[in-house]
Formats: sequence, C-alpha cells, structure tokens
Amino acid sequence: MSVLQEISSNVKNMKQLEYSDLARRMTQIKEDLRQGVEKPFKEVIDVSWGDPHRGGMKPLTFVRQVLAACVYPQLMNDNKLPVDVRQRAQKLLDGCAGRSVGSYSATQGIPEIVQRVSEFISRRDGGVPSNPENIFLCCGSQWALSRILNVLVNAEAAFTTGVLAPAPCYRTTTLSIEGLGGVVIPYYLSEEQGWELQVEELQQALESAGGACNPIALYVINPGNPTGHVQSRKSMQEVIRFASEKRLFLLADEVYQGCIYGEKEFVSYKRVLAEMGPPLSDTVELASFHSASKGFMGECGLRGGYVELVNLDPAVKKYIYTLFTADSSAPLLGQIALDLMTNPPLPGDPSYFQFDQETQHIKSTVDKNVKKAFEVVNSLQGFSCPAVEGGAFAFPRIHLPAKAIQKAKEVGMQPDTFYCLKLLEEAGVLVSPGSDFGQKEGTFHFRFCILILHDVLEELLRRLTLFHTQFMKDFS
Amino acid sequence: MNHGTSLLWKQRALSSLSATRRGLPKEKMSENGMSRAKVLTIDTMNPTVKKVEYAVRGPIVQRAVELERELSEGMKKPFAEVIKANIGDAHAMGQQPITFFRQVLALCSYPELLSDSIFPEDAKNRACRILNSCGGNSLGAYSASQGIESVRQDVARYIERRDGGVPCDPDNIYLTTGASDGIVTMLKLLVCGEGAARTGVMISIPQYPLYSAALAELGAVQINYYLNEEKCWSLDISELQRALNEARRYCNPRALCIINPGNPTGQVQSRQCIEDVIRFAAKERLFLMADEVYQDNVYAEGCQFHSFKKVLFEMGPEYSETVELASFHSTSKCYMGECGFRGGYMEIINMDDEVKAQLTKLLSVRLCPPVPGQALMDLVVNPPQPGEPSYERFISERTATLSALAEKAKLTEQVLNTVEGIRCNPVQGAMYSFPRITIPEKAIKEATDVGQQPDMFYCMKMLEETGICLVPGSGFGQKDGTYHFRMTILPPKDKLKILLNKVQEFHQKFTQQYS
Repeated sequence: MSVLQEISSNVKNMKQLEYSDLARRMTQIKEDLRQGVEKPFKEVIDVSWGDPHRGGMKPLTFVRQVLAACVYPQLMNDNKLPVDVRQRAQKLLDGCAGRSVGSYSATQGIPEIVQRVSEFISRRDGGVPSNPENIFLCCGSQWALSRILNVLVNAEAAFTTGVLAPAPCYRTTTLSIEGLGGVVIPYYLSEEQGWELQVEELQQALESAGGACNPIALYVINPGNPTGHVQSRKSMQEVIRFASEKRLFLLADEVYQGCIYGEKEFVSYKRVLAEMGPPLSDTVELASFHSASKGFMGECGLRGGYVELVNLDPAVKKYIYTLFTADSSAPLLGQIALDLMTNPPLPGDPSYFQFDQETQHIKSTVDKNVKKAFEVVNSLQGFSCPAVEGGAFAFPRIHLPAKAIQKAKEVGMQPDTFYCLKLLEEAGVLVSPGSDFGQKEGTFHFRFCILILHDVLEELLRRLTLFHTQFMKDFS
Repeated sequence: MNHGTSLLWKQRALSSLSATRRGLPKEKMSENGMSRAKVLTIDTMNPTVKKVEYAVRGPIVQRAVELERELSEGMKKPFAEVIKANIGDAHAMGQQPITFFRQVLALCSYPELLSDSIFPEDAKNRACRILNSCGGNSLGAYSASQGIESVRQDVARYIERRDGGVPCDPDNIYLTTGASDGIVTMLKLLVCGEGAARTGVMISIPQYPLYSAALAELGAVQINYYLNEEKCWSLDISELQRALNEARRYCNPRALCIINPGNPTGQVQSRQCIEDVIRFAAKERLFLMADEVYQDNVYAEGCQFHSFKKVLFEMGPEYSETVELASFHSTSKCYMGECGFRGGYMEIINMDDEVKAQLTKLLSVRLCPPVPGQALMDLVVNPPQPGEPSYERFISERTATLSALAEKAKLTEQVLNTVEGIRCNPVQGAMYSFPRITIPEKAIKEATDVGQQPDMFYCMKMLEETGICLVPGSGFGQKDGTYHFRMTILPPKDKLKILLNKVQEFHQKFTQQYS
C-alpha cells in the first residue's frame, strides 16, 4: 500500500478536466497516424491551447534576434544583426548579474526591466502613475496569480475562502483556486448579450454563496477567455463599485489586452479605477496580470508574466515580497520577453520596418480568422457564436439535438465532450469542451484558438462543417 | 485632547478590535477622516504566508542592495564593492557558461542562425532536434505539462547511464521550473490531515531554507534531524530515529528530505549512509525526497556521488519495488550554473498511478516549465560526445569549472581554519562553506538587546564594514547555542582569497571589539 495514498484534499478537490481524456485520445490518434493507420485525416489539428506558435504563427524577428544575442553574446560582434538589436542586447545584459542570462535576478525582476514595464503601464494608461515597487515579474501570469491567491485564500479559516469567477472561465484559474483550498463562486456571463458581465449576476452569485463561504476576491478576465468579450468602460466601473461595496479584492487578468479586433478598445482596470477618482481610486485593492504569452509575441514557452499591485496594505506587501523571494526569480528570458513586449522597436529604428510588417501580418491574419470563423460557424445549423471582440478563442454554442444528448448520457459523457470526442476521432480536430469552463445548465459549447495560420483555420472550418453536418443528420 | 474625544477614539478602537476577533470584516469607518479598512490585511490574509522566510534573499540581502545603491551614488564606504557571497549564483560571480549550450540555445532562439558558419555542425544538429520536438518548431510554444517528451526520454537515458544501467522509465520523469518547483509540488501533494494527524516532513538541520519556507506555507510540521557537525556533517540513523519517534507524538510523519551533496554543509554522504537512509525510510514508511542538484559538485578525496535511485535498485526488489522516492536535479548548479533558465527535473519511483494522476492535475496549474530551460536540460543530459566537433572545448570548459571549484573549496577550508574562533569542516561538495563561528558573550548580549540573532548581528556588522554579504546560520537552522554563516565558494580565486582575508580580519577585529 502506497505511502502516498493519502494526499492533500485540496489537490483531490481540483476538478479533473474532461479535456484530459480528449488529450490522451489525441496522443493515441497521433501515434496511430505515425504507425500508418488509415484515418479520414492526415494530421490532427490541435486548437485546444491559446498558443500562437503551435498554431503556426511565427515569432517576431526582433524579439528572437535580441534573445539569441543575449544567450550568446558573441553574436553582438556579428554585423548581420541590426544595430538596435545589438544595442538592446547590450543594455539587457548590463542589467544581468555577471552579464549572463544564466544568473538569478533580484526577486521582483531585473530592476531596469521592472522600471521599463512600469513606464509601459503608465504610457498605456494615459499617464496614470505606476510604481516599480508594486510590480513583480513572474514565471507566467498564472504563477503570479496563484501566488496572490495564496495570500488571499485562507485554508485554515472557519469559513472556506470564496473567489468570484466568471462562468465560463479559464480553467487553470479555477483549478488554482481549488488547489489552494478555496471555493469558486461562479457569476454567469450573459451569452445573449455577447458574454457581457452584468453586475446583477455578481450580486446573484454573492447571494447564492450565502453563508457557506467567505468571499474575498472577484476575478475578471478582460478580454475574456474563453468568451472573447471586451468589457465596456461602464461595465468595468460597475465591477469596481461592486468590489468596493462588497469589500472584495479585485483580480484583473488582462493577458489578452494585445488581442483586440473590431470596434472596441481595451482599457485597463487600473486606468478605469484611477479615472473614477477618490475614494474608489485610493481604496479598491487591485492586482492586474499581464504576460508575454499572447498578443503579437505569443511567447508562451518563455514564461514571462507580471503582476501589478494597486492600493495594497504595505504590511501585506512586505509578506508578498517575502513569499516571492522563496521562488528565486522569474526565468531571465521570460523577463527579457517582457522588456521587448513593453518596449518594441519605434519608427526610425533599424528593426522597425520588419517588426511593423510582421505585426501587421499577424493582425490581418487574425482579423481574417475572426471574420471567417464567425461567418462559417454561424452559417451552420445548430451553431451560434457571437463575434470575437478580443482574446485568443472562439466559443461557439452548439444546440445539440436531444438524441445526441441522450447518447452522451448513455456512454457516461458530458454532451459537449461527446461532441468533441467525435470531432476528434472523425475529423481530427481537437477543441476544448465547454463543460470544463462552466456554462449555464443545458447549454453546450466548445472553445478553439483563432491565433493560427489562416490556412489552418480554413482547413479546420472545412472539417468542422463536414463533421457537423453529418453529426446533425445522424442525431436528428 | 479632552476626555470626551479620547473616549470616542477608545470606543472606535474597541469596536474595530471586536470586529476582527469575530472574524468579520471591519465596518466602514465614519466619514470624519478615518481611512477605510483594507480587504486584505495582515489579519485577513492567509496566516501561513506570514510564516514564510527565506534567508538566502532575506533582510541582510536587502541591506546589501541598499549599500550597493549608496556606493553607486558616491557615498563613502570602508569598501569599494559589495560582494554577494550569499547566493549560489555562479554566473553572477563570473563563472562562464558552457559555450556549446549557449550556441545551441541561440540557434533555437533564432533559427535563421542555422545558416551562420560561426556555429559548429553538432550545435546545429542539436538545435534542429530540439526545435522539431517543440510545438510549431518554436521555443515559444507551450510544451506538455510534464515536459517535452523527447527531453524526458533523453533524461531517462542519462539517468540510466549515470546509474550503471539501472532502468529509467521516461514516464516517471517530470521536467520542472528549477528543482524548487518539483520539491514544492511534491510537498503540496503530500501535506494533509488535521491536528495530530497533520503531515510531518523530516528535513536536515542545517537545511536549504526553501524546505522550511514551503513547509511553513503549507502548514506542514517540520521535523528537524540534526546533522553531526563533529563528524563532518554526517547523518546518523539514530538521530533520524530520535527525531521521528518524538515527532510521532504530535504529527503524522510521512516524508524524509535529504540534500546530497548538502546545502549549506557541502557533505557528500557515503554509500553506506544512503543505504541506511533507504532502509530507515522503508521500515518507517516514509516518502523519500532526494535533492541531488549538486551531484557534479564533488571535490574531496574519497568522496563520491551515489544517486539514491542507484543505491535503491542495488539493494534488491525488497526495497526497489516498495520504497517511494523522488529525486531532483537542476540546471542551476554543477558546472552549468544556469540558474536564470529555471531548468530542472524530478524522477518519481514507485508512485501509485492514482497519485500520479493527482500530480498531473497539480502540475497543470503552472502550465509548463520554461521551454528554454527544458532545452538546456536536454543538452546537460546529452552533452557533446568524443569525436563531435564541440567535444574538446566542452570537456575543457567543464573540467576547468569543476577543478576551479575544487580548488576554491580547499582554499576556503584552509584559510578559514587558520582563524581562531572559526572552524570550517571540509567542503566536500556543493558550493558553500558553513563554518562555525565563536561569538563573544558581549556580542551575543548586544545582539539579543536589539532583537537580532547573534549570527545575523555578526553578519550585518561584517556587511557594513567589509561589504561582504553572507547568510547567517540561523537562516538554515543550527544546534542551539552554535553560530555559523554560509559563504559561497563561487567568486574567482583571486577575489576569493581577498574575501577570505577580509573575513579573517573582520573576525579578529570583531572578537577583539567584543572581548
């Protein structure tokens, strides 16, 4: 009998995702294909992750040149690298202990980079001041979020700590909350209104939590994951007022701020809060998260993220600092990626032309994807999908026929997982089932990434169309 | 202030106190200027976070950073530079990276360089192989949570070679964000229970304070077993037994952590000792966690690194099929010193499948370890081979680094032992010396008066007077009434000599001053 039979109940309480079964099945299918087994498709299209590089998007040349020069400084003697690349690499290495990206950095990150990130934040927010002392560079934004949650979630208290989170919600966050011994209090986003956040729903969620837990924080994702909704200023003001009134710590996950399509504009929670003036601007406690994983850079694998803390109690900040010291430091290449994200080449710089071309190309690809996905998905019987305003994903709703729902129950699966499994087996497309994200009872969805090559999207939609048409016939 | 007002203030203070005691949020204060209470305060925050300390980056380091700033602003000090001998960061102290590793990583970062003739063919081949195993052929794609499969396979083969053929299943390999990530994850997994059933974890004193920090954060019980300073920091099984028996009275001991080669002590455990520990863990049904990040840092004559896994398997099926073991390695130490890449792995032996499933869930929350770190680990376990273009250079760089460390280990021990009041055990391995210092009674008293641990008091004084930043032994744990400091052996030899002389001078002056 294993010593480890008994394990942390917090870990046991973390929801097992439907997705893991699908991922396992995909691995088997890929192996089959490698062995030459006949299938209706030659390769699997995996759009279950928000991973642009996996989706075929190319890294930005400037970014990779600087990284290479930092990793192997001999390259700086190489005239093949543009002058601004070499200068940036020099500057970055100057900030590294021993001029090496192999050394640890200060706990909050390389000071020069933290400074430049704070300047970026201030520029982005129309001049709202940002203090580098409130910024921590981390191994990805989720790592930073789980550290802050760790401070908020009190596993020893009489009442379980509750965190309000949207439904649907990015599953890693909800897992994180559960793993720390907290409980997720879902507030339903309004699908009819394009996944808008309605403050009445926040109220409803708090009431339904009743006395069962101690709600301490409110987590918002803007732009939304999986929903793709971009919040209006008005809605954000309502959220801030609600957080203030109900005494909730605001957690703003803004990693998709660089992924905006269509009319709406991104404005940060920090900016909205500042513009609302005192007393709110001086009192509402906020942590905002950003990352180099999304946007044009898409450098998920480098693990570069940050958190900015606003209006926190200085005594608590001291403890947060100490907590971060035990993590050693964020990976240096991830920190460098953040520097490059917040300080890209400017007009006039030698690398600017190519940088601009590449980012424009990515932008136009994704704009095309968003349009095409909207058109095709909404043209299919049994599908409906609001326009993707921002973020990395489309999250269409499938109106499953009763027969399909019945069949799913018979085989012991969630109906949307059943659909996704069939989609994988018959069409070689891997998407994420809606049940993992939380959805209104009786509704079904799936999520797929749109930060991919346009050809890949077209192939994906072609396969989806064929599959779906057949599926609806079979289960009508 | 008249009587009426002071009563009012008192009333408000009392009512806020009782609100806190009831565990309810404080009422919004009235509008006459008293500020609104925060949601997240030291009373409402997770109490275990308040117990976390990490001496390696603690208050003395913060003071060192301040001093650096003051120096750079032109302030006069009794020293020209601050020397950070507190942290095991080799590159920060001037150690050079391995050329081959950096070449491959540069090629992986910017594959256009594959057409550049400055890179040798074997570096290019390696880069291509790594990129082919990455999503979208890019270091920027997420990998699977457990790590890139081909890297795990390479790690498994490395372990097999290292351990003289003992089989290693790649499915038991988990790539991690430095070894720390793996260690903390395993602890998160196994800490459970309430009251007297709360999980206890055995850790050496002195220990690397990541362990005490993680145990504090998780609210686990830390069970201290003392290493024997008189016997060169060796581990006595009788001491393990004593610690365990005592701990069983108030907690549920479930794991035993051992760092070999040791941090901060540098001791390299004998094979016999490792066998004894395994037998102990088997008998007492403890999960064994073997932190082996310094496995290439072995200097002393007669000392050799023996991996726990190898010894376990050589003890036969009675042990190899039952003892549950996790061993940890990293790209941060040894001859690589690549702390900033956060590369690491853990190998898990004899873990239940169901528990593995739970481990997988836990790991998924941090998505994946940094891909450049995974690529680097691939190179570490798969270095250039004889006959390959980069082999000669690789071997000479690795040998130079390791022999420099061996020299510095010896030098450190020698110089420190010439100082009256400092006694330094041989630095058999790892990257640190952990000498015992005699602190005069007067100094102990002054330290106590200002609320400081005596060795912190000593180290702070040393910092202010010499610019040398060390970590006091109290940050690692030590026998009551004994004092130590941890100093890295990493600065270049010439600088190290100067450093050691300064330490000597300071100690003599300090002893004199407080006699």
